[in-house]
Amino acid sequence: MFYREAGDFKTSYTDDSQTFPIKFDRYRYYAVLVAAFAVVPLVIDDYWVNAVFLPFLIYAIAAIGLNILVGYCGQVSLGTGGFMAVGAYAVYKLMTSFPEVSIFFHVILAGGITAAVCVLFGLPSLRIKGFYLAVATLAAQFFLVWLFNRVPWFYNYSASGQISAPERTIAGVPITGAETAPWAAYLFCLVFVTASALIARNLTRGMAGRKWMAIRDMDIAAEIIGVNPLKAKLSAFAVSGFFVGISGALFFAVYLGAVEVGEAFGINKSFLVLFMVIIGGLGSIFGSFAGAAFLVLLPVLLKNTLVGTLGWPTDLAAHLELMIVGSLIIVFLVAEPHGLAQLWRVAKEKLRLWPFPH
Amino acid sequence: MPDQLIFAMEVFLNGLMAGVLYALVALGFVLIFKASGIFNFAQGVLALFAALTLVGIMDGQVPFSHLINAVFGTDIHHFGWHVPALAAILLTMVVMVALAWAVNHFIFRHLVGQEPIILFMATIGLAYFLEGFGDIMWGADIKKLDVGLPQGINTVIDEVTYGIFGYGFFIDNLDLWATFVAALLVIALVIFAQYSKHGRAMRAVADDHQAALSVGVSLNFIWVMVWSLAGFVALVAGIMWGTKSGVQFSLSLIALKALPVLMLGGFTSIPGAIVGGLIIGVGEKLFEFAIGPMVGGATENWFAYVLALLFLVFRPQGLFGEKIIERV
Repeated sequence: MFYREAGDFKTSYTDDSQTFPIKFDRYRYYAVLVAAFAVVPLVIDDYWVNAVFLPFLIYAIAAIGLNILVGYCGQVSLGTGGFMAVGAYAVYKLMTSFPEVSIFFHVILAGGITAAVCVLFGLPSLRIKGFYLAVATLAAQFFLVWLFNRVPWFYNYSASGQISAPERTIAGVPITGAETAPWAAYLFCLVFVTASALIARNLTRGMAGRKWMAIRDMDIAAEIIGVNPLKAKLSAFAVSGFFVGISGALFFAVYLGAVEVGEAFGINKSFLVLFMVIIGGLGSIFGSFAGAAFLVLLPVLLKNTLVGTLGWPTDLAAHLELMIVGSLIIVFLVAEPHGLAQLWRVAKEKLRLWPFPH
Repeated sequence: MPDQLIFAMEVFLNGLMAGVLYALVALGFVLIFKASGIFNFAQGVLALFAALTLVGIMDGQVPFSHLINAVFGTDIHHFGWHVPALAAILLTMVVMVALAWAVNHFIFRHLVGQEPIILFMATIGLAYFLEGFGDIMWGADIKKLDVGLPQGINTVIDEVTYGIFGYGFFIDNLDLWATFVAALLVIALVIFAQYSKHGRAMRAVADDHQAALSVGVSLNFIWVMVWSLAGFVALVAGIMWGTKSGVQFSLSLIALKALPVLMLGGFTSIPGAIVGGLIIGVGEKLFEFAIGPMVGGATENWFAYVLALLFLVFRPQGLFGEKIIERV
């Protein structure tokens, strides 16, 4: 009824190739942006920010990053946790070494450093692929976590071996540290999420994205039609590392504030982000958001119903959550390998015809 | 002979023993990968689940007692009987076969013809599910497993080496047993695969699904059989590791250690799993012994991966793997 392209005439090529070609979609997107930037910060409190919004936004960036690597370029990585740790430690070192520079640039620089590290560990992808590569990325996961644990320079020789974010402000408003207002942390992350999604979306539908997808679908064939596998694979690792690094930096500096590397960036983090990508939808930016939202909300929901309402012990609820997440992965792989994003696409196709499908 | 060298020899021997245990887990991977092309990430959790079930049956725990207690407010935990080890192992095997059937029936039957990487992710999902399931079924506390295997220092080796070097080597009896069992297991598996009817069918399926189907091999049966075999190997690995360090969550992490073993040995080779396991076991122990103190220790966490990674750059199919030939 509302969701129609009829009557929406495109008069230029730019109009024709925009991200949201259908008017309703476009307005919905603007509405979501306005709500996220102008309405949500006014109404949220501490609990909502820390339990839902911050993890959602930060994981969404990580999921976008991993989706570029796994979903678009087909290089399965199990090292996301390690790369997030690189972002976190990079931003920590930058924050403490150059306190006069704005944290905004620190986060972006941390992304750049992570991109470099990610490319380094992506080098084997030129020789090996599939499972071999997936297992090889585990080397990054374990080595990086060990490195940050054992080399005191990374945590500034602090006695506990932890890193904790000092207070930094933007325009007088604290963004990190204990004094941070919920809305400030939220807005800071939101800016990065919006920018990441925009960049990722435009990269993936441009030449870079088409090269990645060619490599994903069949690398030998891609090479024959003139895609340089070296550049395509390493650029995917770099872009992915950039986003993952930013999310790691935000995860440490804005969300947690203090981090112990093995606990916060262990192998489970790698799997969590991978699950977000699978459940949300491989090869879809919207899917990264959907997957992140799903896996952030699910534990909160389960905890509230099982522990809060039914009064079960927490460990039992945690085990049940593992079972549910595991079976959801399997159900999605069996029933809908393209994830929530595909459900959304099908729903939109149906909506275009609704209410007169014939 | 200098002390350092003698210590290094002891470390070397202990590394060999540890390598055997890695190889045990890696064997399960190779079995499933050869027969169905599935890279089974859940192998470690399978070992954990098998060990949990074994302990639960031996101690007469009530399955799902935590869940029942939480829902109905009751307070049950044990039946109050003890099952002898051998009977418990047999019962656990029945559970593992049932699990193999369920895994095939509910998951992998529906994923036939999917890309290998999708199957791999499905096994990650399975690993998560089993981890939660095992904990809900038997409880998450650390359990002691004792099926009557000898433990502690082997006095014969201690005395003999003391006589030769003037320093007694510390070799655990359990490790010797594990080596023995692993050797038996490999011989049995090879004989089964080469000479039995089902073994031949299994190799046919591994070679070509459709061709095997066309000559009347039942894919479903073979897959259930292979998963049961993997369950059996997991049970053996679970007993060994469980006796060594208690049945607890960290048991499932040995699967992660088995991955570099596989990469080194090649995914499709049973001897590769053994040799890879030994190289990794010895390599990481010696590296920790020689280089570890200089860089802060705990290098065992990553050494195996980095070794495998470097190795793969030069030989992508591993030591004994089949040559990877790609066609468009």
